[in-house]
Amino acid sequence: MTKHRSQAELVRQSLKKRYRKEKRFRAYGMLAIAIALAALLTLFSDIVGKGYSGFMKTSLNLEVSLDPQVMYLDDATDKKQLRMADFVEPLVQALMKEIPGATEADRDAVRRLINPYASTDLQEALTANPQWLGTTREMSFLAHTDVDVYVKHAGDKAYSIKLSPQQREWVDQLQAKGVVDVSFNDVFFKGGDSRDPSRAGIWGAVVGSLLTMFVTLVLSFPIGVAAAIYLEEFAPQNKLTDFIEVNINNLAAVPSIIFGLLGLAVFINLFGMPRSVPVVGGLVLTLMTLPTIIISSRAAIKSVPPSIREAAAGIGASKMQVVLHHVLPLALPGMLTGSIIGMAQALGETAPLLLIGMVAFIVDVPDGFFDSATVLPVQVFLWAGSPELAFIERASAAIMVLLSFLIGMNALAIWLRKRLERRW
Amino acid sequence: MQPANLLLITLAFAAIAYGLGYFRSRTLAMPLGGIRHLKSLPFYYGARAALWCGIPALIVLALWAAFQGKVIQTLVIGSLPTELLPANEGEASLLLSKISNVATGALPKGFADPAIIEAADRLTYLREQSSLYMTVLVVAVATLAGFIAWLRIRPTLNARVQVEAMLKWIFFACAALAILTTIGIIFSVAFETLRFFHKVSFIDFFFGTQWSPQTALRADQVAAQGAFGMVPLFTGTLLISVIAMLVAVPVGLMSAIYLSEYARPRVRGIVKPMLEMLAGIPTVVYGFFAALTVAPFISDLAASFGISASSQSALAAGAVMGIMIIPFVSSLSDDVINAVPQSLRDGSLALGATQSETMKKVIFPAALPGIMGGILLAVSRAIGETMIVVMAAGLAANLTANPLETVTTVTVQIVTLLTGDQEFDSAKTLAAFALGAMLFLATLLLNIIALHIVRKYREQYD
Amino acid sequence: MNSIPANVAEKTLHDENEQQIPVAESPHSDADIVEGKTVGTPFADNAKFKLRDVEVFYGETRAIKNVSLDIASNEVIAFIGPSGCGKSTFLRCLNRMNDSIDICRVKGTLELDGQDIYDPRQDVVELRARVGMVFQKPNPFPKSIYDNVAYGPRIHGLANRKSDLDDIVESSLRKAGLWDEVKDRLDSTATGMSGGQQQRLCIARAIAVSPEVVLMDEPCSALDPIATAKVEELIAELSESYTIVIVTHSMQQAARVSHRTAYFHLGHLVEVNDTNTVFTSPEHQMTESYITGRFG
Repeated sequence: MTKHRSQAELVRQSLKKRYRKEKRFRAYGMLAIAIALAALLTLFSDIVGKGYSGFMKTSLNLEVSLDPQVMYLDDATDKKQLRMADFVEPLVQALMKEIPGATEADRDAVRRLINPYASTDLQEALTANPQWLGTTREMSFLAHTDVDVYVKHAGDKAYSIKLSPQQREWVDQLQAKGVVDVSFNDVFFKGGDSRDPSRAGIWGAVVGSLLTMFVTLVLSFPIGVAAAIYLEEFAPQNKLTDFIEVNINNLAAVPSIIFGLLGLAVFINLFGMPRSVPVVGGLVLTLMTLPTIIISSRAAIKSVPPSIREAAAGIGASKMQVVLHHVLPLALPGMLTGSIIGMAQALGETAPLLLIGMVAFIVDVPDGFFDSATVLPVQVFLWAGSPELAFIERASAAIMVLLSFLIGMNALAIWLRKRLERRW
Repeated sequence: MQPANLLLITLAFAAIAYGLGYFRSRTLAMPLGGIRHLKSLPFYYGARAALWCGIPALIVLALWAAFQGKVIQTLVIGSLPTELLPANEGEASLLLSKISNVATGALPKGFADPAIIEAADRLTYLREQSSLYMTVLVVAVATLAGFIAWLRIRPTLNARVQVEAMLKWIFFACAALAILTTIGIIFSVAFETLRFFHKVSFIDFFFGTQWSPQTALRADQVAAQGAFGMVPLFTGTLLISVIAMLVAVPVGLMSAIYLSEYARPRVRGIVKPMLEMLAGIPTVVYGFFAALTVAPFISDLAASFGISASSQSALAAGAVMGIMIIPFVSSLSDDVINAVPQSLRDGSLALGATQSETMKKVIFPAALPGIMGGILLAVSRAIGETMIVVMAAGLAANLTANPLETVTTVTVQIVTLLTGDQEFDSAKTLAAFALGAMLFLATLLLNIIALHIVRKYREQYD
Repeated sequence: MNSIPANVAEKTLHDENEQQIPVAESPHSDADIVEGKTVGTPFADNAKFKLRDVEVFYGETRAIKNVSLDIASNEVIAFIGPSGCGKSTFLRCLNRMNDSIDICRVKGTLELDGQDIYDPRQDVVELRARVGMVFQKPNPFPKSIYDNVAYGPRIHGLANRKSDLDDIVESSLRKAGLWDEVKDRLDSTATGMSGGQQQRLCIARAIAVSPEVVLMDEPCSALDPIATAKVEELIAELSESYTIVIVTHSMQQAARVSHRTAYFHLGHLVEVNDTNTVFTSPEHQMTESYITGRFG
């Protein structure tokens, strides 16, 4: 009895210290989670903070007088004349009218408020509507990127404002009059890449991504499912099967850039396929995502209970019929879920595509699988490398678009799993 | 015709073959008294005909499409007059792009050599010819094979067995693609690596401490020979990976422990998916974050302490890479910790151990092999990670252990050497493949060891 | 006490108990049992554990229904009853091992030496140091034999010097009757031992903390007859210095090792009596039906 008492005493003495340790350990755990969540939050808020303004554009609403004299253009249907005509002058004149204080000496400074591509837009508009020549029209043009930056980020120290004090004053006046106007950036969603941040858009990259993903999906899903079926249902227990399995497991962990080297050496240098095209990108991403799809499809096949197979085999179905008629339909939701997650990975992948040349500067929206293209993450990479902060803003906005695609795909996967997956 | 269109045509042929096979089997069955007297269902006769028709045609199509580009290029180069013949592969690819630009009209004909224009015409002609032959051949193969299959339909033919056997082989081929991919990787890096070692000695590569791959562009140019010592790349990769692990392992492990041992189910239900979100973010986004937010922050912070830090510090790239790897470490640790049997936990708790004592002294030691395996996989991921370092780490190959300085990594150099202008045969381009080979071998080794450890660990508690 | 060897007969009986005829088909309906009313002598004078009106809930299910019982100092009490009768659940209440199950709630008075063990101020670590437990399946830690036994004393700070720890380990292993078998390989891993040795190691591990009570949850169910005999022998020796509560499926085992026996049925404590009385002339009909093997 005394022995018990003294033991209990000893235990009680040690308790305080031990509970301190316990608390500390718990605190470490909470700290770890706090760090991880803080990182996630910082990342998101940083990107949203940098990029939300990328969804805005600054435009100039001008009353442009399309005077044939000023433009050196008599006939707006004549291609040759259109090429030679002056489309800058009408814009400058229209803007000069809105700035009462501006003199002839300020012409250059005024011109630099207008986007360099605005004249091209005017030319296109006139080519489409030759009857406009000689009239005065209310039209909207993109402002110069410097104006865009000034209007959006005037107080922000990170941005250097390139406008002169005089120009800033003008822009403030114009904004009060409603000539300078900030609105939803439709250009960003319609156009391809551009050297001018205000005109740069993600549509080209989105189409490139869609084409690449289409190739990837069409190839990797059937091949992955077929491979999984073979390995789960038909493969004999032998060295070859083991070797295939070892290969798949290792390929799942091979760095993605290695697949880029493979694509460069095999598809481009050996087969002579063109660079920067969605087909090659899709092939490379197929090889990269296949292991993921095979592994998740195998798990889905495994989860189909053997009783289903026995039931079908019991009424005389062949092995192939058992698999195709019973196992495959039951395993399909799981396979789809895994494949969507694999696709989401492929959609965010950048490194291997750099090596097969999808990093080129491409203005046009691609119109086919063999047309030069870039993809969304590579577009982000290209813009992020630019010294101009206006491009950084676009890169952040593009990241938001990319992330919303990914979140959408993952949500779809979760929904599918909840909706279609059976519990045995 | 475009391969894509031809693919659709082949599929259409296969569909027609299916229909014809299906109806022929039914027609043959009619006088016998219905399809009961066929060996297989009509579906299988159709499927058999479709497979016969489609598969050889698709194989022909794939091979033709894969090799026509190379063959045409060789033919065009071969037809050039001797004075224009390229001396090496670098010139050849330059010449070819010129020719194809002339052919597509991107380069006005007025600016080109007549021989080039001739070659361009030849290129266009060969392309048209190739496309024509391909179409004819594919259609012929599809028709012939489909016809043979159709002819051979007999009521006694067991089409089902044949179709199933063919399907099984197709499935096998899909599975064997994994081997093919590995072989492809090995060959694509092995050849170039061997050629690289003809130009640069083994010892210089593995033990050289200088990395400056800029070689002379022209033979007469006075420029550096280029140095290809991979030691600074290796140490740079190691430095960044170590920083990443220092972030990822404690945070990942402790959050896994907290979530599995302490957190209430509701908290776990919210926090776990949020951690997994970190894993779903594309690496280019992390790179963006590292280069434009974390790196300036670190260099400003260091400056405020009076320390100079590079604007592309190893610390920024490593720390962000660590954040990326957190969910990887935590989900692997979570699996491993949950695999430790509950009875061990009970045994320790029943002796009056606190939860943390149970964790530290019983569960963790028991789970250690599995956790080590997971960490090795994470290391392999860190050294293979590309975008974060391409965007946030620099190009300067410094041999340093200071995390505030700029270092470069193997993956950064691969990307730098292979994007932009490249000549195919130069040591510079080949070096990228040699680095790729090293990277592949290193990650392969880590993966094999790690997967082995994890499997052994799982077996122990199964 | 060990005159009856743990033989094959016991084994088969045990197996039968696992898959018995459903209780509902037994000749006695549940109406024979009055809730909260226990036949025999549930109460004792020198109570170590004083348990009154104990109820245990798993979510909505009531697993233990209004059980009152005293466990005396230095006695060996056996809990018997058909599968799912709640005897293990009840046992796990005594050192709050049920705490880790989220949906489990315990009601009633459970006192150890007059102290409420479910008092929020009651330290569960301290409680478990006083009330040790041995589990159904041997669960040695994947460490050396020495470290297994030394684990408890170490975490509780019971030894100041290495030599003290050595003494505790040796005496615990001796008490567990394992010393002679393992003294030369204390550093080898415990998972390499035989099942019986592992279980005795777990007992040594439990008594190394010098608990006042040792709970045993079917300690022999995973062991062969020879190992079972050894563990039973050990229980008999330990009963001199510890209070032992043992849950068992084997009625022979209860008869061999315990002083008192408590019979549980569907969460009710039906009868508690001297072991002799229970096995020779049980007071309650249900107890009689059970020990004569009419249902499980």
